[in-house]
Amino acid sequence: MDATCLSKDMADHGEVPHVLAVDDNLIDRKLVEKLLKNSSCKVTTAENGLRALEYLGLGDDQQNISNDNCSKINLIITDYCMPGMTGYELLKKIKESSMMREVPVVIMSSENIPTRINKCLEGGAQMFMLKPLKQSDVKKLRCQLMNVGS
Amino acid sequence: MEVGQLQERFVDYTKSLFCEGFLDDQFLQLQQLQDESNPDFVVEVVSLFFEDSEKLLNDLTKTLDQQFVDYKRVDAQVHQLKGSSSSIGAQRVKNACIGFRNFCEEQNIEGCLRCLHQVKQEYSLVKNKLQTLFRLEQQIVAAGGAIPMVE
Repeated sequence: MDATCLSKDMADHGEVPHVLAVDDNLIDRKLVEKLLKNSSCKVTTAENGLRALEYLGLGDDQQNISNDNCSKINLIITDYCMPGMTGYELLKKIKESSMMREVPVVIMSSENIPTRINKCLEGGAQMFMLKPLKQSDVKKLRCQLMNVGS
Repeated sequence: MEVGQLQERFVDYTKSLFCEGFLDDQFLQLQQLQDESNPDFVVEVVSLFFEDSEKLLNDLTKTLDQQFVDYKRVDAQVHQLKGSSSSIGAQRVKNACIGFRNFCEEQNIEGCLRCLHQVKQEYSLVKNKLQTLFRLEQQIVAAGGAIPMVE
């Protein structure tokens, strides 16, 4: 079975996808959380890349410490422009992790910059989405990710 | 005033806000997200926007008042404000921020100060309008009516 979550298998067991949403902007965090909840997802939010990695057990001082959160997350959606660690840098760290590399990562940005988009997709991002997010974007996301691996 | 009149006033007012460009489609998205599990979602998010924006605007004022202006910081803050205003559908605030960022890039202090002034004005206007809108909603609910959906 493909580990890329949101799979048919999950739906069969009545499980709800658990999404980790990362954004430094408080309003955007609240918005993405509601959009995801309205699409029947369980949501955990993080305000920056470091917090996200810590949640996933991939923080610098968490080497080799097993972490339950890791295996529960089915999708990571992150803003691109964040202070400290960009969404792209977060993406790379996730892809470097043997535990998390199969989890789809979606990157969002308010700026439509083709080189940025390509860089993210080439870096392993499943999708790139333009902000502000709408309900239709999140529905599309859920559908697309449901079809992968089923 | 009875419910029907209040509702009509609400619909007209909402439409005017869209016509005059104060709000755009994204505001409708917010309204559509509101449901029984979160009946105050719009007011909550907009209140957060007010708090956040006021902090940003105060900070911007201070940053631009320094002898040596940190344009990177100014740009980062305007980017934040542009993001939040865009997310709630405050179109005119968002547009004012776009121009602002151009002046940041050029490190043009006069341009930046003009833009700050404009952003503050637009923010003040939209805050006022949204508070009026929310008051109208409260009046409708208090009179026992339902908030009409505006297309």
